[in-house]
Amino acid sequence: MNSARLSFDLVVVGAGPGGLAAASVAAERGGSVALLDNSPWLGGQIWRGEQARPAVPRARQWIERFLASGARAVMQASVFASPDRGVLLAETPAGRLTVRFKQLILATGARELFLPFPGWTLPGVVGPGGLEAMVKAGWPVAGRRVVVAGSGPLLVAVADGLRRYGARIPLIAEQAPQVRLARFATGLWRYPEKLSQAVAMKARLLGIPYRAGIWPRRAEGRERVERVVLTDGKRSWTVECDLLACGWNLVPNTELPRLLGCALAGGFVRVDEFQRSSVAGVFCVGELTAIAGGDAALVQGQIAGLSAAGAAGAARELFAERWRWHRFGAALTRAFALRPELRALAGRETVVCRCEDVSREAVERCRDAREAKLHSRCGMGPCQGRICGAATQFLFGWESDSIRPPVFPVRVESLLTASEHSKPVSNLSDPTP
Amino acid sequence: MPERVELSVNGRALSVPWGTTVAAAVALAGETRFRRSVHGDARGPLCGMGICFECRLTINDEPHARSCLILCADGMEVRTDE
Repeated sequence: MNSARLSFDLVVVGAGPGGLAAASVAAERGGSVALLDNSPWLGGQIWRGEQARPAVPRARQWIERFLASGARAVMQASVFASPDRGVLLAETPAGRLTVRFKQLILATGARELFLPFPGWTLPGVVGPGGLEAMVKAGWPVAGRRVVVAGSGPLLVAVADGLRRYGARIPLIAEQAPQVRLARFATGLWRYPEKLSQAVAMKARLLGIPYRAGIWPRRAEGRERVERVVLTDGKRSWTVECDLLACGWNLVPNTELPRLLGCALAGGFVRVDEFQRSSVAGVFCVGELTAIAGGDAALVQGQIAGLSAAGAAGAARELFAERWRWHRFGAALTRAFALRPELRALAGRETVVCRCEDVSREAVERCRDAREAKLHSRCGMGPCQGRICGAATQFLFGWESDSIRPPVFPVRVESLLTASEHSKPVSNLSDPTP
Repeated sequence: MPERVELSVNGRALSVPWGTTVAAAVALAGETRFRRSVHGDARGPLCGMGICFECRLTINDEPHARSCLILCADGMEVRTDE
């Protein structure tokens, strides 16, 4: 197996808005900068597809700025361990990569929150953001009926995008009550860009029913989803569909910062005004620090990139703008807070851990994630608790279990070469506690 | 860059535009079941971004490939349900 070694002044992990901005501004000020991402494309999840087919002007500007900045893009590199201070190990299609850095900016973004309900494991029940990403990469939806459900501003954006690819959207079902959404919408006047986006979207969406205070109770079908039972808490009804795009807003991808020892608070990485984490030389930006969207990530990325490059004064000039987006993020969080009824969706036999097929009844009497793991294998499959960990946190209030390398399952060869770095590494899909 | 890529999904020849992921190619081939769970239930992609591992399948005899992260390439042999 091939193995390559690279060394940079600054390494940025994650090529979404936060990572692109951080790498660009740092590289423009000199010094060697690398941007690592596990996908083949720049732009992360929010700007996926923008590199190949630009549609969002700001995405194109930032991708072009990055490409002109002198920073090096290392694509399809999944970081799985940090055996020593200043060293990352990544797996790529060509082999293992050892990357040395003096400073590190983590911009690993967020994933969708998935909550268990009867039928959520059927093929065709997908994340809204996930479906949009797959559609941009060729997944066929023309003429298909897609019910979009769950929570968050992403639902409307995804439904709008899917429709442009020819999907039929019978309904967008938002769990948040109408009264909270109305309060959020009236607060948007502080953010003219967001308001114009919302209005433009609403215009295009004329004809797509959007209902607040509605959520799925179960999905049904034989070997794939064929219909969804929705409820408003009082009555229930069935909607036929070919796909159910259901996600409950976002949770940060904190595996890498946790592996490096960055301190968390309330599930997010704690950072100071220069985006510095509790670990010297490691910065965190974007959704890792709060769910506040791509605009917040762009500003935080620039602040971290400038700080890493020693330009504290220039970084300071962006503090006011960051504060504005932080307030926007806080308003988002309040508006789309999840209703407690969702904790009762999963029945006793509903699978909670999809990797190991562990049911709710097998774990609900456990005290924490660690006991559930030892007792039932919940969280011990290849996703390493990324899906069920967030779900059990919502269902039972369990905090994430400790994290060990590799932070995702890698090929055996990657581990063998990793062990040259002295630290023993646990085995593949079974990171025994 | 070639405009189209030729591959096979479960032995069936398929031509897809360049830039199509393996997961999308499997859907284009009309398959909905990517794999079976440890209890034998049908599963397909969930997260679409390489986190959930539900879309894993076999590419060129290498098992457990995350099909939502991998682009189709000429001559690829993809098998689901293993």
